[in-house]
Amino acid sequence: MKKLLLSSIIVIIGLTFIGRLSYLQIFSFSADQLMEDPAIKAIYDYPERGYIYDRYGKLLVGNDPAYDVMVIPREVKALDTLEFCQLLDIEKEKFKKELRRARIYSPRLPSVLVPQLSKQDYARLQEKMRRYPGFYIQKRSLRYYATNASANVLGYISEVNERDLAKNPNYVQGELTGRTGIEKVYEDTLRGSKGVQYIQKDRFNRDIGKYKDGVLDVQPVQGKEIHITIDKELQEYGERLMHGKRGGIVAIEPSSGEILTMISGPTYEPSLLVGRKRSKNYSKLHYDTISKPTFDRSILAEASPGSPFKTLNALVALQEGVIVPSTSFKCYNGFYVGRTLRGCHCGGGTRNMNVGIYKSCNAYFANTFRKIYEKYTTTDEAQDVWSKHIKSFGLGDYLGSDLHTGRKGRIPTKEYYDKWYGDNRWSSSYIISNSIGQGEVSVTPIQLANMTAAIANRGHYFTPHVIKKVAGTDISIPDFVKPKHTTIDKKHFDPVIRGMADVYKKGTAEYVQIPDIEIAGKTGTVENFTIIDSVKTQLTDHSVFVAFAPVENPKIAIAVFIENGYYGGRYAGHIASLLIEKYIKREITRKDLEKVMLSTTLESEYAKPYSGEPFKINEYNWRSLHAIKPKTEENPSK
Amino acid sequence: MAGKSVLKRIDWLTVFIYLALLTIGWVNIYSSTFTDENLSIFDFSTLHGKQLFFIGVTFGAIILVLALEASFYERFSSVLYIIAMVLLLGLYPFGKTIAGATSWYDLGFFNLQPSELAKVATALALAKYLSDIQTDIKRRKDQLYAFLVLLIPVILIVPQPDPGSALVFFAMVFVIFREGLPLYYLGFAFLAVLVFITTLMFGTIWVSIFLALFIVLFLLLKRKTFKVPVFPMISIAVIAILFSLSVNFVFNNVFEQRHRDRFSLWLRLEKDPVKLEKIRKTIGYNTYQSEKAIESGGFFGKGFLEGTRTKGDFVPEQETDYIFSTVGEEWGFVGTTTVVLLFTLMLLRLVYLAERQKNPFSRMYGYGVISILFIHYFINIGMVIGILPTIGIPLPFFSYGGSGLLFFTILLFIFLKLDSNRLKEGI
Repeated sequence: MKKLLLSSIIVIIGLTFIGRLSYLQIFSFSADQLMEDPAIKAIYDYPERGYIYDRYGKLLVGNDPAYDVMVIPREVKALDTLEFCQLLDIEKEKFKKELRRARIYSPRLPSVLVPQLSKQDYARLQEKMRRYPGFYIQKRSLRYYATNASANVLGYISEVNERDLAKNPNYVQGELTGRTGIEKVYEDTLRGSKGVQYIQKDRFNRDIGKYKDGVLDVQPVQGKEIHITIDKELQEYGERLMHGKRGGIVAIEPSSGEILTMISGPTYEPSLLVGRKRSKNYSKLHYDTISKPTFDRSILAEASPGSPFKTLNALVALQEGVIVPSTSFKCYNGFYVGRTLRGCHCGGGTRNMNVGIYKSCNAYFANTFRKIYEKYTTTDEAQDVWSKHIKSFGLGDYLGSDLHTGRKGRIPTKEYYDKWYGDNRWSSSYIISNSIGQGEVSVTPIQLANMTAAIANRGHYFTPHVIKKVAGTDISIPDFVKPKHTTIDKKHFDPVIRGMADVYKKGTAEYVQIPDIEIAGKTGTVENFTIIDSVKTQLTDHSVFVAFAPVENPKIAIAVFIENGYYGGRYAGHIASLLIEKYIKREITRKDLEKVMLSTTLESEYAKPYSGEPFKINEYNWRSLHAIKPKTEENPSK
Repeated sequence: MAGKSVLKRIDWLTVFIYLALLTIGWVNIYSSTFTDENLSIFDFSTLHGKQLFFIGVTFGAIILVLALEASFYERFSSVLYIIAMVLLLGLYPFGKTIAGATSWYDLGFFNLQPSELAKVATALALAKYLSDIQTDIKRRKDQLYAFLVLLIPVILIVPQPDPGSALVFFAMVFVIFREGLPLYYLGFAFLAVLVFITTLMFGTIWVSIFLALFIVLFLLLKRKTFKVPVFPMISIAVIAILFSLSVNFVFNNVFEQRHRDRFSLWLRLEKDPVKLEKIRKTIGYNTYQSEKAIESGGFFGKGFLEGTRTKGDFVPEQETDYIFSTVGEEWGFVGTTTVVLLFTLMLLRLVYLAERQKNPFSRMYGYGVISILFIHYFINIGMVIGILPTIGIPLPFFSYGGSGLLFFTILLFIFLKLDSNRLKEGI
């Protein structure tokens, strides 16, 4: 018994140890990742982020090297302060103050002593720095913007946060990553990959040489430069035109789907979100919930398209064979839904399709729309056909572009109406607003521009995108080079396009013609409401315009959406006209028009709902430029 | 009479395990003290170089130990014991203080730690006393003397201060048990430890309730089958409760804060997680680092010389008391288990050897050897892997240190010599 006692204790202890060891080394084992090992310090060598150029090779975003003089107070030895201050070109008092501050922060950790030296200073200092232990120069790279525009397209970068780190182990604390726009979408391309050196440390945090003689060290790989499809000059010009106005503009090259410009107003200067002031500025922009400068209206603002949508209904009706271009309908200064007369401002009379388009006759398209639904025995069936046609223009769903965000918009389906009105409890008269692009239909400016491009191409479009070249090589992403065909036959486009061209010649946009360029376009005026003190209040109409030019071999398709800009031919029409001229001619011939557009703002319009007082809408205060006063007022429709 | 005959009869299994532990130990010392600059393993300015020298010296000592007559050890054990005690006493005027403990004699080329010698001498002396024909361990007086043999070195060592080493001598109580000390002593000791721990964890009131409940249940269940010593049981319970009260007193008034913190950490007495974490990182810093190092080794370890925490010197005293954490980091679960198994095997083998001795002195000395080796192994590894509080004693044959290696080896090989001689007994 006693003999066994000791032996059993020995065995039990042995088993206890093995149990504890298996708990430590097998169950709670977590391999020291090189990065997490406290005994290994990783020193990173950050590559330069890739440059971004516009479609013509003009620089949009580069890098500014910035050199900070760093100090580790504990390692500072006695030095000739005067000489050193001369070298750094700072006051002796300031030097002492900064040094004191660094010491208070931490004697062991590096602090910035003199931030952002110029390259010349750096070159001069670099060699002499070794004579001053405790001081060294650290290179940083900041984004440099060669443009004050395209903030919404380019996006911005900022330091990675905990969430990013958890998601992607390739990042380390303090590294920068793209947050929005190009910087986000092409992060991997632009970033390159960082180099790393592993240093073995002891428990006092002292370096004791390279870990494994540096066999695991990695050289940095520079980020790749990219060219984007944006036209820098057009973008800057467009943003100037948007001064004081809210809304979105998108222009697309129809033959390729390349986005030429993508403007959101109001916007901000991209350089605001660089460096140390980034965070402060960002808060200021982000919390401006009235004008929302960080909200990219060109791709996010969903609204009813208004009259430009009539062109699609015309195309659907032609495709379905329910009308031909010569089909006429009578306009009674409106049209009847049951016994209610809904208004139209086209002047009344018998309209064929061509006139219907260029005069933007509501009655014509209401009748056309009814015809489509009358063709089918059930409304469900008709709704299916209609929405399938409309969606083939890239509406009602994500476009699949390479932008970091987007919205679907809405093209109602039968399920949508069934849910709203109940199964079989609705008909075309319930949804007649859709005929003129109002009601349940909503789109974003980029969808509108893409739709216009599809019309310009007579039946197909290319997925809109912003990437053009990576590292100097044209890239062809299969999804971007393959045409997406609409469900409308090519032959039906010509009469519609003729109508759109007549919009400029004799229609609602007669006064925004461009000399020597034949344009096809369509105005739109969108009623809109807001809620003020729980009362639904109508605001001044949104001004919408879509256009492409030239009519043959179109080079640009554009959609302009100006919030509360009144009728389509007014702000949107003028801005579209100026941008088309700028893009095709590279110069503006109509300086007076340009001047008005650059100087007019809608601030007073936007202030109305917040004034707390009753206000008038759709006011006719077109100031100096009497010459461009439109002949026909466009149709705000119900 | 040395030479061939000893080599033929010595227990080679133990020698083999000993050599294995020695080798593994040195390899890990090499790894713990390795820096990129010094590449020669014979460089005596490095710790591993020195240790290699000590191993050489130790081999010389083995030859000497085996060469001496087996009867020498029994005959001179008392003298050796007296010499050891004098050396311990001599530390007070002449000792050298390292890390706050005056435990060494400075011999120029190396520091001698007499408490290591005292372990060997005490094991011999205890065996000698117990095996004396006139000693009867059932007698209280003889029990007292036997305890005194152990107590004298403890009294000399504790004030150095070196409580860890002092603890080792208590382990030799095992020898006395083996030789007939009634087991209820062990029962009392066990009860005392239990009361100590439960008092710290739950307080005196709960301990009293536990004891009362235990007695009541015992009486209810066992009443009819046999005669119950009611009075002694109740008196033991009362003593236990008094002891429990004294534990509180000692813990709060006699212990220093660092001792309290060690227990707080070990028994998780501190409930505030923030404070506990703070204790873990300060008082428990060594254990924390060594646990982390062992954990990071995983199943197969990081490989020889690849232990980043070892290289970065994250575990303090890694080449001495915390050498086992190097095994854990670089050789993983495979390595640590191997070492634990080697120790277990060696101890079991020694128990077997001790039991086969015909000469009571040899057997008792054998038990002394086992007790000493076992308590070192148990406390050291238990501390390094974080299941025992921090008590600084080395891992036999493993930890860096000349005195330790030398005397552990002498301790073991005296027994192997006695064992090899067992058939020629009967003096």
